[in-house]
Amino acid sequence: MQDYFEPAPPAPENGGESLTVEQAIANLRGDDLGLRYYAAWWLGRFRIREPAAVEALLAALEDESDRTDDGGYPLRRNAARALGKLGDQRSVPALIWCLESSDYYLREAAAQSLEMLNAAASVPVLMQMLAGGVEAAVLVPGKPHLAQPYNSVIEALGTLHATEAISLIQPFLEHPVKRVQYSAARAMYQLTGQSIYAERLVQALHGDELQLRRSALMDLGAIGYLPAAEAIAETLAENSLKLIALKGILEHQLGSNPTQPPSLSDNAIQVMTVMDSLL
Amino acid sequence: MFSDAIMTKDESIQKLIQAVDEADSADGLLNAVKALAAVRSPAAIPSLIQVLRYNNPGAAVAAVDGLILLGEPAVQAILDQLDSYNYGARAWAVRALAGIGDPRGIDLLISAAETDFALSVRRAAARGLGNLQWVGLSSELVRDDQERTYNTLSKVCQDPEWVVRYAGIVGLQGLGSAVPADRPAWFSQLLAQLQQMAQADAELVVRARAVLATQTLTA
Repeated sequence: MQDYFEPAPPAPENGGESLTVEQAIANLRGDDLGLRYYAAWWLGRFRIREPAAVEALLAALEDESDRTDDGGYPLRRNAARALGKLGDQRSVPALIWCLESSDYYLREAAAQSLEMLNAAASVPVLMQMLAGGVEAAVLVPGKPHLAQPYNSVIEALGTLHATEAISLIQPFLEHPVKRVQYSAARAMYQLTGQSIYAERLVQALHGDELQLRRSALMDLGAIGYLPAAEAIAETLAENSLKLIALKGILEHQLGSNPTQPPSLSDNAIQVMTVMDSLL
Repeated sequence: MFSDAIMTKDESIQKLIQAVDEADSADGLLNAVKALAAVRSPAAIPSLIQVLRYNNPGAAVAAVDGLILLGEPAVQAILDQLDSYNYGARAWAVRALAGIGDPRGIDLLISAAETDFALSVRRAAARGLGNLQWVGLSSELVRDDQERTYNTLSKVCQDPEWVVRYAGIVGLQGLGSAVPADRPAWFSQLLAQLQQMAQADAELVVRARAVLATQTLTA
């Protein structure tokens, strides 16, 4: 009964469990590439929001020492992912700069983090990444990925309310890769509020491939589409993932006043009843 | 006539059991387990428990569903066969016992809720502790076991994973609804803990579930 979303255990060979904040920051500034890579992940995982951590991660975004054979930047990728989790707006310009990196996976990490940071300033560069439309959105020869991280770019544009990107995103509903179609449907729902787009994700819950059903679950949770609650409960996937998706839907039903216990609508109670049945 | 009918029924169950034993594909096993579970016969219990040991989540879900439908007669067999279990099977057994709600499963559910490393097992155990069926037991025994259950669920509500705390609240609501009218001393602590979580838990959905539990228990 392996759970899809069990947290990854720390890697003890990298000093995992014994790290302190000071050590992690020191490791990130040190010479050992393994320790630097791990420290970047660790600071994000444990949401270390101290200014010194943010500054060390920003410095790591310009690292030149950690390179893959084909020119990728593993440390920069981890630093970009961590910065998204720390919520510090000072990271935004550096992450926008990463969107233009030669490293696909760094561009992907940066787009996801800019989405998490709600960084409206990134919209123009994200839109440029869709240039050439669906025709340009093909596999890079010899690589397992498309020309751009379209999923992350399109999802970020949806979350950032970039209505000026609607006409760029809409054609991606017909992209040959299903995951890209889902991202487009998700963003189109966020940008237009039209349920026809969310219903495409509900349909996707009936697909044959587990990986795609999981993906649609996460998308429906992210957009908080209430009418999907029953279909989410019934799709063939792990309960852990269904619960995460329903959590997203429930959050959209609850007003978020941090000083008061939430007040419950009938819809919210209904979603909780479904969640209870999946425990 | 009557004995013929029995014989036919036994034979058909034996065939269904054989189909589970001989299944040679994941789909074949799933369908065989579903068919065996559907007859709801106590004769199927050993085979359904056996399926929990296979590394086949689909079939295990069907077997757990079948054991839950059989209910009380399956409990002793599940507990008896537990020690020799691999981890995966133990986790599925927790699910089955949580669904059945027989208080004989209380020790296993308590240890799973407090110490299992998999959050999916902790959350199932917490839900199961709130689902224990106390009716018909001597009130002295019930009083101790309910207090143990409360203490465990109270700890579960401090789990680092939101979904486990959520399940802990569901468990507390179930337990709180089951206690007798002359409420035990810990009942007011239970309500205070729910109110505290409604106010201050880090996750909005956990706070919402605590509100719902409070409303349900004080209605």
